[in-house]
Amino acid sequence: MRMAKQVSKAPLLTVEDLRVTFPTRTGDVQAVRGVSFALGRERLGIVGESGSGKSQTGRAIMGLTPGHAKISARKLAFGDRDLLTMPARERRQLRGKQVAMILQDPKYSLNPVMTIGRQIVETLRTHERISTSAAKARALAMLEAVQISDPERVFSLYPHEVSGGMGQRAMIAMMLVCGPELLIADEPTSALDVTVQLEVLGILDKLVADRGMGLIFISHDLRLVSSFCDRVIVMYAGRIVEELPAANLSDAQHPYTRGLLNCLPTIGSDRHPLPVLDRKPEWAL
Amino acid sequence: MTSALSIRDMVVTYDEFAALDHVSFDIGTGESFGIVGESGSGKSTLLRAISGLASFDQGTLSVAGRSYSGRKRDKEFYRTVQMVFQDPYGSLHPRQTVDRLLLEPLVIHGFTDIETRINRALDEVGLGSGFRFRYSHQLSGGQRQRIAIARALILEPKILLLDEPTSALDASIQAEILNLLEQARRDRNLTFVMVSHDLGVISHMCERLAVMKTGKVVETVPRKALENREFSAEYTRQLLVASEGFRRG
Repeated sequence: MRMAKQVSKAPLLTVEDLRVTFPTRTGDVQAVRGVSFALGRERLGIVGESGSGKSQTGRAIMGLTPGHAKISARKLAFGDRDLLTMPARERRQLRGKQVAMILQDPKYSLNPVMTIGRQIVETLRTHERISTSAAKARALAMLEAVQISDPERVFSLYPHEVSGGMGQRAMIAMMLVCGPELLIADEPTSALDVTVQLEVLGILDKLVADRGMGLIFISHDLRLVSSFCDRVIVMYAGRIVEELPAANLSDAQHPYTRGLLNCLPTIGSDRHPLPVLDRKPEWAL
Repeated sequence: MTSALSIRDMVVTYDEFAALDHVSFDIGTGESFGIVGESGSGKSTLLRAISGLASFDQGTLSVAGRSYSGRKRDKEFYRTVQMVFQDPYGSLHPRQTVDRLLLEPLVIHGFTDIETRINRALDEVGLGSGFRFRYSHQLSGGQRQRIAIARALILEPKILLLDEPTSALDASIQAEILNLLEQARRDRNLTFVMVSHDLGVISHMCERLAVMKTGKVVETVPRKALENREFSAEYTRQLLVASEGFRRG
């Protein structure tokens, strides 16, 4: 239903030579150093270890980079709208409505003094002219869509009253209720129990497919990302070191990607000691 | 095989809630024993009750043939049993240097050759004496976890309790820390009790594992059983499926 809304030749998101720089007392620290990619209505994974710049890339697209940091890019566009020159007011309208972001831990990213239902309704009423009762109906439908069996009850609960898995579903509901075209998920399941992770990913996967959204899935877990996404970008020290179709992960060429895949202990393999990553300085050039 | 650690019918209750419900197992000297379970299943409570950080209400705990009560433990116990925690950012004192962190257990237990022990402990975890006068915020996550391991090993314990020692670390750092732990275990004939949610890590490190749910041990299986899928608990199966990644459909 959303697909027909706009038929434009431009990709959903274009990122060219994105740089994010943090000024510090000891000089500038470049967290992202020239990242380029284009995203259609597909699932793109961004993988890297802590400090690789994967989250800062997501935040820059979302417009959530801290104020003292500098962003530069040859091009940063959502459809054919330039995000770099867009006024803050317009950016706010975009954020939450057309571009949404799921954060890691529902314990910290939901408002602790508002019920889950009110938070979802707030999102809706910020972006759409809609009556309170209609907004509530939409919120309840959305809670049902993330497979919460008793939406009425969860609607009136506070975030601390629900489990991590439930909280993350509420977060997904809140982010998708306005029907965004692009969803950025930054480690959406890392704070959850292993067995709950798959359930939440399943829900996310179905909603993304049904609504034809573009998805950027940011994670440190190479295997998880490759099983979930169509395409994977591997980042190291602020740069993209490798890009490959998720299905061909085993054909990875870059020694960093291969090292990451290799150092994980698996059931049934008997490798003592585990191979460790031999970081070469030239990777970070 | 002599038993290094033996637990019989251990019960921990918080108000009415039974966090541990009659848990029993024996771990042999030099064995590495894994514990898996979802959050709230009582695996951390179990480690805390063994280590003496939490008291237990019923049951018995015996370490190397000596029994200990739920509350008070003597110094000898803490020298024998040491623990490494999950979050290296939360388990080191932020205003103490590495030197001070490693000194404290030595002073408490009345060691005299402090200089050599601190240097040796740092060497052993692959950091070297250059790290001795740094603060924990000047270290990376992996380096912090190495310090936490050095602090545990400096008393030459017999049993090491490991509560998710690598879950806060990057995959490549995890491999380094796991290798370090295995090396230490080989060199000192240590006994490990390791909690993790990652079956890959458990099957790499441990010979046997217990699966916990709602405060009970639902099954104890050898490592081989994971490869051959010979287990009965539903939760073990779920964990195994989860370890294989996401499947569409």
